[in-house]
Amino acid sequence: MPRIAMRLGRLALVLLCVALVSFGLMMLSPIDPVDAYLGPQVAQVSPEQRALIAERWGFDAPPAVQFGHWLRQLASGDLGWSHVYNQPVSEVIGQRFQRSIVLLASAWLVSALLGFALGVMAGAKEGSPLDKMISTYAYLTASTPAFWLAMLAVLLFSVTLGWAPTCCAGPAGVLDQDVTLTTRLHHLVLPVATLALLGIANITLHTRTRMLALMRSDIAIHAFAQGAGRFDVAWRHGLRHASLPAVTLAFASLGELFGGSILIEQVFAYPGLGQATVAAGLRSDIPLLLGIALFTALFVSIGNLVADTLYGVIDPRLTTGGS
Amino acid sequence: MFTIDQLSLQLPMYASWWKREWATCLNDVSLTFATGEVHALVGASGAGKSLLAYAMMGLLPAQARLQGQLYYQGTLLDASRQRRLRGRELALIPQSLSALDPLVRTQRQVAWAAQRAGHATESAWRASQQALDHYQLNARAQQAYAHELSGGMARRVLTAMAHVSQARLVIADEPTVGLDPHQRQRVLTALRELADQGKTVVLITHDLRHALPIADQVTILRDGKSIETAPACAFQGAGTSLSSTYSQALWRALPDNGFTVSMAQPVDKETVVA
Repeated sequence: MPRIAMRLGRLALVLLCVALVSFGLMMLSPIDPVDAYLGPQVAQVSPEQRALIAERWGFDAPPAVQFGHWLRQLASGDLGWSHVYNQPVSEVIGQRFQRSIVLLASAWLVSALLGFALGVMAGAKEGSPLDKMISTYAYLTASTPAFWLAMLAVLLFSVTLGWAPTCCAGPAGVLDQDVTLTTRLHHLVLPVATLALLGIANITLHTRTRMLALMRSDIAIHAFAQGAGRFDVAWRHGLRHASLPAVTLAFASLGELFGGSILIEQVFAYPGLGQATVAAGLRSDIPLLLGIALFTALFVSIGNLVADTLYGVIDPRLTTGGS
Repeated sequence: MFTIDQLSLQLPMYASWWKREWATCLNDVSLTFATGEVHALVGASGAGKSLLAYAMMGLLPAQARLQGQLYYQGTLLDASRQRRLRGRELALIPQSLSALDPLVRTQRQVAWAAQRAGHATESAWRASQQALDHYQLNARAQQAYAHELSGGMARRVLTAMAHVSQARLVIADEPTVGLDPHQRQRVLTALRELADQGKTVVLITHDLRHALPIADQVTILRDGKSIETAPACAFQGAGTSLSSTYSQALWRALPDNGFTVSMAQPVDKETVVA
């Protein structure tokens, strides 16, 4: 129990640091929240009125006081108002995340499972034709930029072949609640495939390296001495040993996946959290931007927390002080 | 029951990245291991003891150059027959404790060894239980991971894994390294028992003293060559019944036998220390 409490405490500390840094960055940025709030109406507002708004919002107070004010609001669950979407920030994040999580989770699952399987197969026999094929593929995709692959995918599958829709989470002109599940999935296939394709390479390469080391280790030689074949060693010992780097990478790469999803959602015009991030950034929506930064930090930290906990389950040597 | 006929082994060595040289690790070794015997292979480190074991099991790396023949029970033992007999007829107790998988509980590993030797899942579990009980590893040790075992217990687990295979030839590679006298005695007694049950035990060690009490035959290896094979009883008194000067020097260098190192016959320092 105390270990969980300590981890949660550390998580809170990380979030506080992220809040501090992102708030500082916003203070230093040339964005004027009043201008951003007024938008094109800025021409119709007199300097006195602007000063009045700034005073009302507390912008005349020193930054530390402003930060404290914001933190207090955060603690009470109020993330602020997004002027881009004209909705509370928490609602925007909630709605957008529901869309994104489907995309992220399916891409993550596909890339983790497929990447792990390919890595184990490649690493089980170094230099075999299968290994060469998988390695070449992994190196190729590992060095491919996400947005470029996404644009190629749209060009080939949506424009030329017409197999997949070119954009969005549903057909244009159809109300959100009227979109059927199959249509939704149809719109998801291409972004998920692109995102997964890029995630696979990393996990495959790391898993393969661990497998190669294992197949040369004393453990493998001992197993061969017992009459085990390569498949036996890969299945019984390999899966356990290779799952350590795979789990680390799968959970540690949540941040990268999130970053990738920003590009992918932009290219496919998929209305998820990634797209909202770009919109908030381009249109100076400070509360939304800060909210998303905090939310992303929470998301990635929880991923690391889960990986940390899973190590102990896989490798008993990492459970300190256990019975 | 196992014959090594003029075995030579060369391994590649890279002096620099373009230049490959061949290091001769075993040179024209001929040996015979008889049923029911403990046959000790004694030599300093680098003498080729472990490589001989790997050659017998067929576990050498693919680029190794091997000459000469192996015979198991009178029939030629080639690579494919080695593959079939490994873990069933031929067993190896490895030198390093890192041969145990740190992520798998003891009993499961022993059960895997049994399955690899041809047991069905159910009977493998039973056999592993029996083998571990036989080597006095209690329920707690059976459910433990490798890092939770003492050196002596881990050795006994490795022995149990060889035991459960019912192999008729057991090669034990340095099974007493790093053990206190009591644990060492336990491991050596276990090997002697295997031989008394009619199995053939090849005991690889650098320590002549520990091998002698349980060995029937002793072969001295040096720099990849077999110097001499003598019955264990030849190692007594002044060692005059030993035919090679190296064996005699080795015997006399032991603390109990005068502790003398003859200058005429330079002896590997490590052997003396051992």
